Amino acid sequence: MSSRIFHIAANTFREAVRDRVLYNLIAFALLLTGAAILVGQISIQIERLVVINLGLTAVALFGVVIAIFIGIGLVSKEIEKRTLYTVLSRPVARWEFIAGKFVGLSGTLVVNASCMAVGVFAALLYVSRQLHGSDAWVLVAIYFIVLQFLITTALALFFSSFSSPLLSAVFTFCLFVAGSFAEDLRGFVGLSHGLQHWMAVIAVYAIPNFSALNIINQVAHGNGVSGQLVFWNTAYALVYIVAVLSGAIVIFEYRNLK
Amino acid sequence: MQTSKLLNVLACHLPAETFVTLPPYSVARYNFSVPAIEILGLEKVYHVGFWRKRPKRALHPLSFVVEQGEIFGFLGPNGAGKTTTLKMLMGLVFPTGGSAKILGMDLDDPRMKAQIGFLPEQPYFYDYLTAHELLRYYGQLSGVNSKQLTARVDTVLEHVGLKDSAGVQLRKFSKGMLQRAGIAQAILHDPKVVFLDEPMSGLDPMGRREVRVLIEQLKNEGKTVFFSTHILSDAEALCDRVAILNQGMLRGVGAVEELTAGLRGQVEIVWAGTSVPPSLRSAACRIAGDTVRAVVPSDQQDNVIETLRREKLRLISVTPVRVSLEDYFMAQLSPDQPSAAAANGKAAQ
Amino acid sequence: MRRRRTIRIAAALLILSCAGSVFLLRLVDRLRENATLEETIYISSPRLLKHLSLGYEGLLADVYWTRAVQYFGEQHHNDSGEYKLLWPLLNITTQLDPHLVPAYEFGAAFLASRPPLGAGLPEQAIELVEYGIRNNPDDWHLYYDLGFVYYDLKDYAKASDAFERGSHVPNAHPFLRIMAAQTAQHGGETRTAQMLWTSVYETTHDPQIRDNAKSHLVSLTADLQCEELEQIVAAYRQRTGRNPSSFADLVRAGMLRGIPVDPTGTQYRLDDDGHVFVSQPADFPYSEKALPSGYVPRRR
Repeated sequence: MSSRIFHIAANTFREAVRDRVLYNLIAFALLLTGAAILVGQISIQIERLVVINLGLTAVALFGVVIAIFIGIGLVSKEIEKRTLYTVLSRPVARWEFIAGKFVGLSGTLVVNASCMAVGVFAALLYVSRQLHGSDAWVLVAIYFIVLQFLITTALALFFSSFSSPLLSAVFTFCLFVAGSFAEDLRGFVGLSHGLQHWMAVIAVYAIPNFSALNIINQVAHGNGVSGQLVFWNTAYALVYIVAVLSGAIVIFEYRNLK
Repeated sequence: MQTSKLLNVLACHLPAETFVTLPPYSVARYNFSVPAIEILGLEKVYHVGFWRKRPKRALHPLSFVVEQGEIFGFLGPNGAGKTTTLKMLMGLVFPTGGSAKILGMDLDDPRMKAQIGFLPEQPYFYDYLTAHELLRYYGQLSGVNSKQLTARVDTVLEHVGLKDSAGVQLRKFSKGMLQRAGIAQAILHDPKVVFLDEPMSGLDPMGRREVRVLIEQLKNEGKTVFFSTHILSDAEALCDRVAILNQGMLRGVGAVEELTAGLRGQVEIVWAGTSVPPSLRSAACRIAGDTVRAVVPSDQQDNVIETLRREKLRLISVTPVRVSLEDYFMAQLSPDQPSAAAANGKAAQ
Repeated sequence: MRRRRTIRIAAALLILSCAGSVFLLRLVDRLRENATLEETIYISSPRLLKHLSLGYEGLLADVYWTRAVQYFGEQHHNDSGEYKLLWPLLNITTQLDPHLVPAYEFGAAFLASRPPLGAGLPEQAIELVEYGIRNNPDDWHLYYDLGFVYYDLKDYAKASDAFERGSHVPNAHPFLRIMAAQTAQHGGETRTAQMLWTSVYETTHDPQIRDNAKSHLVSLTADLQCEELEQIVAAYRQRTGRNPSSFADLVRAGMLRGIPVDPTGTQYRLDDDGHVFVSQPADFPYSEKALPSGYVPRRR
């Protein structure tokens, strides 16, 4: 990795930290503590289920909100405040800027998710007094969630490379929702005909498949996934990210920074 | 310019190995024969409107050369195309036509970019950083050796008078302090050419004086300074040469004395009466109901007075004209002023 | 220029990675093919879902309704004959939106039917439709559907009762009253069934329900025809003292004008015991009398 990408990433991370983004961890901790105490008192047998479901869903939602709302500002804020001018007038290529921003926010999200993972395990330990071997799947679920964050970040970055922050947020959010309902879209492909069918087929391959990356419920029931799925899901996420970021770079390289 | 020739001569006599040990950009660094900035027919047309169909010309083809070691003023009213030109040189906006080189290298050449500094108009920086952190970050991006970076940051901060505020977050900076931080980041990596976009705008008289002193220091260090401004007195006091831009078109390039030479040595003659002798028609204009004013070259002064006496017109005053860059500037901005074309032609030589 | 090179590399990467992501997505899909619908009802509590939908339960109900139809269509298409998710999907759908009448109709038709054709859960079908009636007491279709479920269970009294209740609803279709009477008096008769299914065939808008009614009618017709043919066989036996060896015997005896064919145009068959049946029993899924002896509907 070029040292410039690293420095831009580090600065992005520093910005997130100084803008108190990690304060969301406090909200997360409160939510999980409350849930753990409440669940520990009232439900029998399904404490683990509730803690895993609630904990992982919160990890996903908190992270996606951060990915979208910081992601859309990564480029546009620097243009608006003209800080980008002083960066690009240095020996920094535009693609390095995009890559650095992506790595920086990804790093922030990984750190954030790691802290949350510790929280989930603490809550799990609290409600069931011990950890089981199958709890290791929770880590895989969080890993898949992090892959979702990275894709969302790339999408936010892509949209913000050519449209306004508000529109970028709307587009990214829509794609996130569509990606979460990817399975239903697939069902539609099976039932539709003609033009509709082909449009649905294109949509299925164009939108990110978050359904495959969501194993929260399986994990909550103590079921794992195959190692093959972990590997190919990772490959899919990375290739999808490369596609989105290359698109962002092509657009950004052509852009006049008026 | 004498130093540059000397260095050139020295460079020619140095053994070839001398260059091998230097960092890659050092060839350009010591090669004073390459102009600092070379602009050839650079132009920009934006496409505006919803479908981006309507062309809007921001800059007509622009050509000029800035030599190394110069302080070059880029003058024009707001909206003249100064910032567009600067952004094209910085690679932020892409030209529709023409080309430009800085230190003999392409605009997207990272070796060139390591040797230039840029202060945008009304800069605003990462306000969550302290001045020290900001400069470290920019130094890292410019590829400054990390061992030297801390010392270099301290030196530059002291240089722009921000030594005491080094640990303060930029969100607490005043406008003047921000401008100084901006200059600091532009000169941090010891660039060969410094581009400053409206460096004095929004500053109080003290601040402007400080910036002026800084620019002069940069020149003394052998750097090229290219700055845009719409404040003429600053340009007049500082610049070796200026370019004047209006409505996206170059109106003149040259030393201040050269540009104003066309207007120098003139006298203003004012007389009472309503009639204007035919020989004075082109130079005269009525300033009040029965007062006429004419500006003529001083060698014609006696002839004019003689003419007025023959016509029985009452002479009110004869005053030598003091020409400033502002007069030239105003003359350029009114497009149909005949002297503009003349001066332009002269300056272009 | 460096910039051009960057753009070219990025564009090449873009194309390669787009193709790569399509390829990888297909691969991932193959790995988790069977997982697709199972997980859609991991949250099986409608009440929890209602809270999670943040007030947009109508939209969520539509999503679940689409899933139910897709699920049924997919299973039907695959001939799997298994519909274990149909009940939870329909239950969630109607709990989220109790006024989604098509969901009750669909449930009545396909929850109650015997396994290769439906889920074989008549009790759940009754529960679903009764819940629908409680929430939409003025829709006569629901009483009609309920009557059918009971009719299928051969509980003609309850079926008649359901049609009767429906006939009192304002704007109810007039034939509900006739159906109530007919079911009460001649419940077990094939002609009653024929009348009921014809009314379904003519009133429904749902193509799947219409197809279902059609296959009921085809089966019923075959049943009726077999019944008539067996009466002729019985008459032949009375006359000759033995069963006919083929329909040709009956034709020669002047009791039939030709070899009889079923509603799909295929010839009927006759066994040694004088039992008449269809040659393609799979085409007559609802038939009760026209099947070869010992025939068990095959699960594919």
